[in-house]
Amino acid sequence: MILPLKLDRVSFSAGGREIIPPLSLEIGAGPATVILGANGAGKSVLMRLMHGLLAPTGGRVTWNETDAARVRRQQAMVFQRPVMLRRSALANLVYALKVANVPAGQRETRALDSLKEVGLLQLAHRPARVMSGGEQQRLALARAWALHPEVLFLDEPTASLDPSATREIESVIRAFDAAGTKIVMATHNLGQARRLGDEVLYIHQGRLVERAPADTFFKSPSSAEAAAFIKGELPWV
Amino acid sequence: MDAIAEALRGAIALLASWDTQLAGIVALSLKVSLSAVLCATLVALPLGAAVAVTRFPGRRGLIVLLNALMGLPPVVVGLVVYLLLSRAGPLGHAGLLFTPPAMVIAQTVLILPLIAALSRQAVEDAWVEYEEQLRSLGVTGLRAALTLVWDIRFSLVTAVLAGLGRASAEVGAVIMVGGNIDGVTRVMTTTIALETSKGDLPLALSLGIVLILLVLLLNTAAYLVKEAAQRRYG
Repeated sequence: MILPLKLDRVSFSAGGREIIPPLSLEIGAGPATVILGANGAGKSVLMRLMHGLLAPTGGRVTWNETDAARVRRQQAMVFQRPVMLRRSALANLVYALKVANVPAGQRETRALDSLKEVGLLQLAHRPARVMSGGEQQRLALARAWALHPEVLFLDEPTASLDPSATREIESVIRAFDAAGTKIVMATHNLGQARRLGDEVLYIHQGRLVERAPADTFFKSPSSAEAAAFIKGELPWV
Repeated sequence: MDAIAEALRGAIALLASWDTQLAGIVALSLKVSLSAVLCATLVALPLGAAVAVTRFPGRRGLIVLLNALMGLPPVVVGLVVYLLLSRAGPLGHAGLLFTPPAMVIAQTVLILPLIAALSRQAVEDAWVEYEEQLRSLGVTGLRAALTLVWDIRFSLVTAVLAGLGRASAEVGAVIMVGGNIDGVTRVMTTTIALETSKGDLPLALSLGIVLILLVLLLNTAAYLVKEAAQRRYG
């Protein structure tokens, strides 16, 4: 187990601007965590700090595991825009498994199982880059699925997709959750936060303003910022 | 005007007959330039990719240097390679001066920075797009560079072709280190230069036509390959 993840007074600045003022929190195994906030609130930066794509300017990010290679292998991340290599859907998964040191004999079976999981088995041999945006995002989820991560980070995974593709993505995320993978997802979409989140971290201007179970958060937010955000967003949900 | 028309008629007749002298010159040109492109690519591509994905002190200076060296004057390259290969030079014992290998060396030096700088740019553009995803998967360093190079291989063809274009079109370096010896180190560009000054315009013109057709052909092929790859792989 690499969880819990601890952020100890983690801060991040870029170009002389403080994007995340010192912030401490702990994320444990279990319920799906949604990082909610307006565009530019710092959700993506926070998630990249957690995943290790950005090094904090101050403070420390620690996992319940000291072996850095193991920590890396137990996490996966799905980005807003999937980045696929110019090869088949199947080959993209096999590549990720190879990098993760999965024995050669198991790669293809595992990759095919994952494609089946997200409903892309019939497109296994199609070049990944010519697939639709929704299919590519499902492929990104399949790639993560194949890696059997303990934690899955998702950064606005459906922000550039249409409603039907969004539904498909959300059902795969639920399958991850059901399989016991810890979900940490950034979104600005209240409907999605409600559908997928068990607990909400509300971020405003880089600060963690509120952390609450999803039901409580949406029914009676305790902070004025979160209340305004929920109220302001409602008409468009 | 008559002189041009006459030269053109002569050139076309020469091309139609495709005599052994002409064929030999074209073949040597291709052999020298393709060898140079191969040598330069083997070094320049990994170099460009490595500079694109790694961060080290002096990196910016190296990029500026590579970009500047794209415009390396051929005669200066010729002079330096001449000095290195001449009897008294550090590599003189190999006896390479005024041989085709000397011309390959000069052209390699000339186009290496060009291919390195262009592939550095292409790989770096791809790196911007792929970096987070690859790092998330745990791909870094050499493996990242190789993955990128393979993924954008069809774009890199352009960089390699630019090298081939420069190599086959330059005259200054090869004439200095090759010596333009008939039947040994005479290539298209050096022949054109020589025959023009001698007044044998048909031969010069026919070689000029061959040179342009070759460049056109190569670029058409590269364009089609890239287009097909784009359709196939996205």
